[in-house]
Amino acid sequence: MAEERRQKLCSVILPTESMKAMAESVGVGSLQEESCLALSEEVSYRIKEIAQDALKFMHHGKRRKLTTGDIDHALKLKNVEPLYGFQSQEFIPFRFASGGGRELHFYEEKEVDLSDIINTPLPRVPLDVSLKAHWLSIDGVQPAIPENPPPVPKEQQKTDSTEPLKAVKPGQEEEGSIQTKGQGANSAEVKGKEKMRMKPRSTHELSVEQQLYYKEITEACVGSCEAKRAEALQSIATDPGLYQMLPRFSTFISEGVRVNVVQNNLALLIYLMRMVKALMDNPTLYLEKYLHELIPAVVTCIVSKQLCLRPDVDNHWALRDFAARLMAQSCKTFSTTTNNIQSRITKTFTKSLLDDKTQWTTRYGCIAGLAELGHDVIKTLIIPRLSVEGARIKAVMDGPVVSNIDKIGADHVQSLLLKHCACVVAKTRPLPDMVDQYKADYGYLGTMLCSHVVKARAQAAFQAQTVNRTTLTITQPRPTLSMSQSGLSASSGSRTPSIIKVPSSLTLMSTRPGTPTQPSPPATKYIVMATSAGAASTQQVITLSSSQSGSSVTSTVPSTPTSLQPLVKLESGTTGAVSGPRPLQKYIVVSLPSSSSSLENKGSGVIPSSTSPISMESAVKLERSESPAANTQSPH
Amino acid sequence: MAAVQDGPMELDAEKEAKPEILSDGTSNLSGNTASGTLSSSPLTAAPAGGAPKMEDQQTLIAVLQFLKRNKLSESVEILRREAGLGEHQEGSQATDGSGGGKGDGDGGDANSLLSRVSITSAAAPQSMPVKKDQPDVSVVLSAYSQQGDPPLYQVYYSGLKNFIESVLDCHRAELSQLFYPLFVHMYLELVYNNHETEAKAFFDKFSGDQECYYQDDLHILCGLTKKEHLKGNEVLLDFRTSRFVLHISRDSYQLLKRHLQERHNNQIWNIIQEHLYIDIFDGMPRSKSQIDSMSGSLAGEAKREVNKAKVFYGLLKEPEIEVPLDDEDDEAENEEGKPKKKKTKKDSLGSKSKKQDPNAPQQNRIPLPELKDSDKLDKIMYMKESTKRIRLGPENLPSICFYTFLNAFQGLTAVDFTDDSSLLAGGFADSTVRVWSVTPKKLRKVKSAGELNVIEKESDDVLERIMDEKTASESKILHGHSGPVYGVSFSPDRNYLLSSSEDGTVRLWSLQTFTCLVGYKGHNYPVWDTHFSPFGYYFVSGGHDRVARLWATDHYQPLRIFAGHLADVTCTRFHPNSNYVATGSTDRTVRLWDVLNANCVRILTGHKGPIHSLAFSPNGKFLASGSTDGRVLLWDIGHGLMIGELKGHTDTIYALKFSRDGEILASGSMDNTVRLWDSMKAFDEVETDDFTATTGHIHLPDNSQELLLGMYHSKSTPVTHLHFTRRNLLLAAGAYNSQ
Repeated sequence: MAEERRQKLCSVILPTESMKAMAESVGVGSLQEESCLALSEEVSYRIKEIAQDALKFMHHGKRRKLTTGDIDHALKLKNVEPLYGFQSQEFIPFRFASGGGRELHFYEEKEVDLSDIINTPLPRVPLDVSLKAHWLSIDGVQPAIPENPPPVPKEQQKTDSTEPLKAVKPGQEEEGSIQTKGQGANSAEVKGKEKMRMKPRSTHELSVEQQLYYKEITEACVGSCEAKRAEALQSIATDPGLYQMLPRFSTFISEGVRVNVVQNNLALLIYLMRMVKALMDNPTLYLEKYLHELIPAVVTCIVSKQLCLRPDVDNHWALRDFAARLMAQSCKTFSTTTNNIQSRITKTFTKSLLDDKTQWTTRYGCIAGLAELGHDVIKTLIIPRLSVEGARIKAVMDGPVVSNIDKIGADHVQSLLLKHCACVVAKTRPLPDMVDQYKADYGYLGTMLCSHVVKARAQAAFQAQTVNRTTLTITQPRPTLSMSQSGLSASSGSRTPSIIKVPSSLTLMSTRPGTPTQPSPPATKYIVMATSAGAASTQQVITLSSSQSGSSVTSTVPSTPTSLQPLVKLESGTTGAVSGPRPLQKYIVVSLPSSSSSLENKGSGVIPSSTSPISMESAVKLERSESPAANTQSPH
Repeated sequence: MAAVQDGPMELDAEKEAKPEILSDGTSNLSGNTASGTLSSSPLTAAPAGGAPKMEDQQTLIAVLQFLKRNKLSESVEILRREAGLGEHQEGSQATDGSGGGKGDGDGGDANSLLSRVSITSAAAPQSMPVKKDQPDVSVVLSAYSQQGDPPLYQVYYSGLKNFIESVLDCHRAELSQLFYPLFVHMYLELVYNNHETEAKAFFDKFSGDQECYYQDDLHILCGLTKKEHLKGNEVLLDFRTSRFVLHISRDSYQLLKRHLQERHNNQIWNIIQEHLYIDIFDGMPRSKSQIDSMSGSLAGEAKREVNKAKVFYGLLKEPEIEVPLDDEDDEAENEEGKPKKKKTKKDSLGSKSKKQDPNAPQQNRIPLPELKDSDKLDKIMYMKESTKRIRLGPENLPSICFYTFLNAFQGLTAVDFTDDSSLLAGGFADSTVRVWSVTPKKLRKVKSAGELNVIEKESDDVLERIMDEKTASESKILHGHSGPVYGVSFSPDRNYLLSSSEDGTVRLWSLQTFTCLVGYKGHNYPVWDTHFSPFGYYFVSGGHDRVARLWATDHYQPLRIFAGHLADVTCTRFHPNSNYVATGSTDRTVRLWDVLNANCVRILTGHKGPIHSLAFSPNGKFLASGSTDGRVLLWDIGHGLMIGELKGHTDTIYALKFSRDGEILASGSMDNTVRLWDSMKAFDEVETDDFTATTGHIHLPDNSQELLLGMYHSKSTPVTHLHFTRRNLLLAAGAYNSQ
């Protein structure tokens, strides 16, 4: 009878144990089984009744989500006093517990320290309701403005590109024509469309406005003004109507990389990569169609032998890292069983990695590219190569000084390998960590790897302790790569700190490309912890750490009773925040005029014991440090 | 119909411990006639309700009932007049004696074909002496008391199922309609007789067979497993008190009857007789699609008789207003266009005023407020604007301006525009009503009384002087409700605003002082919607108490109560001629009520979900209704027929509006789209030959795709309201939903 199969209706009844638990909670000790059964049936029925009434309120409230308010109103209908205190908007305030063979969901009522509440700054007053008008349609045509959804939804961009020959079925024909009508095709064209069965020629004519926009955007992206560039990139990443211009952007990028690699123009390459990232961040674009242009460009920026004019000075390593992350991200987002992007990319990298004649720069790029693809790739492709690579590095380090460039390259490769391998080894390798064993297994790099692994383990253990803290997670604002090209060479190695001044407010910078909308890379979480120091001093230490790997990074800062100023520390750890000879990129933001804090963090080892030098009056400074030295404290 | 009407009344009295509802019922007689009870029910209700009355009066009423049953309406009139049995009296009896409502409800159906068989059972509760003050649910449910052999229910049902599946195709579809009501009644009977396990088994076995559009009801049913549950559950009481109406052709019916008699299947036969109303027609059995398009409501289809009453759907004659022809506006325009325009203006005016629409009600059928000078000015403005109106059509789609409410945090619940599109009101879940001016003209309050005294009253710009410049702002907030505001409606003269709320009140706000003038209390439960009459003064409200009420702004009690819906009244709309009110309900029917006598003149079934939006076409001939299932249905009011189905939306339709000339129907939905439909084409294509008109069997062409003229997505902003300006620009409103 019923046309479609639907879920079976059944009357679910609360378990009698719940009744018992509830009875116990109000002091009725022994409740008979029959009473429990009768109660649970009655309660289940009433709950359903209330839920059905609450649905009415949801419908009339013109919402899709049932709120606690709806339940309250439904209770009011039944002349029952509403339940006060359930104001939660989003999450369900119940916690699950089991033990002694019983499972319970309970409402956690935390004790709240009033002084905490008093001392926290007031939250921002929510904005008042306001009214905004825009044109949804002008004479039947929907204008492409940010207020309207993208004219061509991603799904349709996809079908357009993948199935251009798809015959229009009679039912869909009208639908399609209406859609095109909405996009601005005139009605005559619509009528003609019915007869067309061949692949429609796609016209790539841009309107004058679009041409102007394209010109402005591309100029700003590669121009000299950083503020303008940021705006342009923001526009690329968010504007919904860029579909038409996508082929041009794609060509712009691929041609730009081609030219600038030859000319070794590092800055422009970086700008172009940032454009790629912005395009990938735009949720309304269907990029698959243009990967054939974008991927080669990105790969070029990872593995090219030379990317800059002065390889010994310029920090082309950062570009390689950034491009490698972009590559990893596009693998995650776009790799399918048909295009096999990930396996093809992996093969490319592995091939040049295995080649003996590969230069250090390319070698670095290959390793970075592979390492970003995840732990499994590291485990299967990089770790087995450790001893070989170690020998190669050793040859450069210990051998006769051939050229400074080689030495720097080897140095970078070494720290890169240690950074990525340590956490993987820490997870896979059983204890204990014997230096000799490591040496036997991994050769030259064994010793250093061992110390890194020990640190990684210590950190993991440290995190375990802090798990039961109350945590608050915030989703990450759009990360950006911002670097100034102040090349600075040190005789001991290349070190390029780039200092970025963030105006007035605290802005997070992270080199991790991650689109908030794509679920594949785990959203970076900031764990904000409030530890109340002893005595009366209330001190807030906020640790914001950005982590990529599955293991959440939690850094705690032991409270320092002496200091009353808030400490804000931002830390961007890549893969579990293991620091080693090559520590992670760290952003340490401290708003302390003077620091005498006894701040130490043994576990993570990324916090310098002294935080004073970078502090300025009000400006928050971000320091990105890449120190090749094997110390855990970056000198400031 | 009597049963249908009385059911909710009695439930009201039952639910509310306070006597208010009763006083409401009687007080509505302050109007000229009794409301909601003018059908046959008062007659039959009288013996039950008026137990202490004299015996011969009862006899008289019984005679009246007999006459009425035999459709001797003139005799009824004469007898009534001679006996001095005023409608008034009966009405009051009927409302007090709500207890009798259900019993005589069955009796009221006496003219049905089956009634002769079922009269005994129907009469049984009627003759019960005690039921005047406390209507007892057990009376309602008593019909279930007969014991059958519980395990055999499944056998009966599957026996019938096998039979129906084995009959000829043409009959199968018709007889399949029996499944759902039989299923529900058998299940309830099992539950009522405490056969819990059997009931559950029965439900599990057969619930999957039911049509998918009964899913919501089945959800309620499946939770109901105990006799005690039956008492408080309104949906099931409705089901019991109203008979499920089926349309079945004579052939199919004979087939069924023969089968049941052969098998001696008394159980099913009893249920059919007692709880079902089978409307038998001669002619071809209907097809499955025909049946599906009409079924889906809580109580089956509408009986054919109920939609036979004449409805004066025509528009009222426009009052004659002299349009000052030589105004600056025209002069400002170019010289050539000037004479032409005047001509057309005259024509349109003349044609309207001369010709009296044969379908229009009498001008004074409902007393309407006098036109004030300001109203006349407004009318003139309207005429001027309408000459500049854009002719819409499939080739000429309207522009849409979307008003997005930002930072509303899902709290926007209702929106309305004034007719001249100058003001916008929003009702919010936080109990506030906000009024915005969408023109550069700011909102100003009238000065305080003390300041007003100082003003020179003779001056020309006195209207300007009374306004307080200091209070000028773009929006004003109206505080007063104590629950979410579910409906707002502007008065046509833009002086008042109505709002209805969860707190059970309808409030009238002055847009001069921005204060609350009146709180209309009557609905004791949430009031879902309210709507001003197109001529002002009257308004209608409908709510969870399942009645719609007609009010006048200067009366604190309702003038009429429109009772009959089996579930919440979710939306209310006035007919353009103000003589009728349409209501949509959770019981999945649309009803049209006559404002004059509160009779239900149309019951429109076919929706498969609660109805959340209604719109009359500007010429008053058609009605569009939208429901949670995402479909818009079009109705011909004159014939009471469904004439179109517009499929496409994927979620609840909260807004419907015809363009000013009726060529385009715009619909806005929860699925974040505004769609435009070619309503002219939809109306033209209807074949209203005599056969369809008399039988009500319609063939709906599935042409939604052809009728869809445009679809416009908003950016995660559900469309809450739609409005055509006088020049046919479409305004849409909704709250941006950030998730």
